[in-house]
Order: sequence, then C-alpha cells, then structure tokens
Amino acid sequence: MEKEDLIDEIRKRFSADVESALETLGDQTLVVRKEGLVRLMSGLRDGPFDYAILLDLTCVDFLASENRFEMVYHVFSLNRNRRLRIKVSLPGEYPVVDSLTGLWKNANWLEREVFDMFGIGFMGHPDLKRILMYEGFEGHPLRKSYPWRKEQPLVPQKD
Amino acid sequence: MSGFDFLSTRFDTALGWARKFSLFHYPFITACCGMEYMSTACAHFDIDRFGAGLTRFSPRQADLLLVVGTVSHKLGPVLKTVYEQMMEPKWVIAFGACAVSGGIYQNYAAIQGIDRVIPVDIYIPGCPPRPEMVLDGLLKLQEKIQKQGQDWRWRKKT
Repeated sequence: MEKEDLIDEIRKRFSADVESALETLGDQTLVVRKEGLVRLMSGLRDGPFDYAILLDLTCVDFLASENRFEMVYHVFSLNRNRRLRIKVSLPGEYPVVDSLTGLWKNANWLEREVFDMFGIGFMGHPDLKRILMYEGFEGHPLRKSYPWRKEQPLVPQKD
Repeated sequence: MSGFDFLSTRFDTALGWARKFSLFHYPFITACCGMEYMSTACAHFDIDRFGAGLTRFSPRQADLLLVVGTVSHKLGPVLKTVYEQMMEPKWVIAFGACAVSGGIYQNYAAIQGIDRVIPVDIYIPGCPPRPEMVLDGLLKLQEKIQKQGQDWRWRKKT
C-alpha cells in the first residue's frame, strides 16, 4: 500500500474515530477523537496496518486554546518501515484519556511520565503515580501554568 | 647520613604536607563532566602526579568529595548523606558549571549550586572544565590544605 492509500484505508475503516489527516514534512498525522482512541490503536497494531511498536507518547500544553492539552502518539511498523503520528485533543484542566497499557506494555511508564509532568489522567492504567519527580512534589512541572524557576527542594537551601 | 642530620618543621606544616599529597577522593559523578574527570584521572593528565590518584568508591574512606555534574533536587538528600558520611578532615570540590551554580539549568529540577546543600572549598567553573583547570583547582586545594590550621585527635579545641 502506498502512503496515501494507507491513510485513506485507515480513514475508511475508522471513519467514526478519525477527525482529520494531515502531512507535515513527509510525516503522516491523524487527528483522532478521544472516545475512539483505544479502538483505533488496537486496529492499527493488529491486522493489515501492522503498527506493532509504540515509539513514544507525550503531551503538549496549549495554555490559551480551548482544548488545552493534546496527546501525541507515535507508532511504528517494523515490517513496512513506516511511522504514524496520532493526536488527540483534550478539553479541560485535568483531562482523562483511555490508557494504552492494555495494548503496549511500554505505555505504562510513558503514561506515568505524562501524568507526572502534565497531570493527565489515564483511565485503566494499573499503577498511575509519579515516575520522575519525588514524593511531595506539588503540581506538574511541564504545564505552562507552572511558575518558571519555582523549586521545591528536599533539603533546606542556603543562600 | 651526611649533611641531613635532622629536619625541623612545625607539626601543622608536616601534617598539612602529608594530607595534601594523600587525597583519597570520592567521585560523585552525575553528568557529562564525568568525561573530563576520567580524562583528568587517567594517564594523559594523570591526577596521580599530585597525590590524588587513589579513588575510593565509599565516602567513608574518602577525604575529598568531587561533585561532578548537575545535582537535581531529587538527588539533594543523597549528596548531603554522602557528605555527612565522610570522615573529618574533608574537603569538597564543585566540578563544572552545574555543580558551581546550576549552570544552564534554572528550573524546577536543578539545585542552583551544590553550596546550597553542602559547604564547598574549591569551585572549578567551565562547561565542562578542561583537565588543566581541574589540576589547577586541585593545586589550589592543596595550597588551602597546607595553609589551613590542621585538626588532629589530641589537639586542644579552642
């Protein structure tokens, strides 16, 4: 399947879940509705599309916009040597999205990192707690609303 | 022996001389400055020429703490514990811009200089510092050790 055919095929098969598709610098991106994320991802992993590997998942904070957070997923097909980016817009201050831990084991730690840094909740995650920051750390440091240079030291600091 | 029948010196001076040339150091290495530390420690620049060649990987056996690289707030308690485990007399070198001042990191994660957590004797700036700068810093520390009032077991505390 050629690149465009593949995207068309995905859009045809998951027409209810895919909002739009776009291409930036040769990279295909799908914008997906939050409710259909797990269904679409499991469809991409198995079957003809064969995106077997979840390379990365992360989040972007668009502070001023209506849908403040956007989850970004990167999947990779070993057999076809092909990448795909999936984006999900999330409204609200503390949004919740379905966890992908049921599909990919490595989503566990990646989602914990996003939870730690952005405060996004993951429905169905087996062990959602901070992974990088320490116990007692308040807030989520990569949010745009986190005060820059705000430190939360564990030992008393001398000046 | 001819021509060298006796040697007179102050006990402090002798002790300082012994101490400055037998620095057992504990490398607390967290980041890329570690490469420069390795370069300094190995044969090319050879820290052993100045009597600081014996690396101890236990703070209890070391008397010089080399803090090499960025120290995050999460690591702060660890650094303090390591320092407190070292026996007196002990000295600390802050190696590289991050250990000196936090360097390019000024955010939620990094301690803005290790002197906010433990006392520091010598600061070696640079990102990373050249091995020559490290040796220079070491010589400065030796000078400091030689000149400082030495503390020993039966010394009267003032």
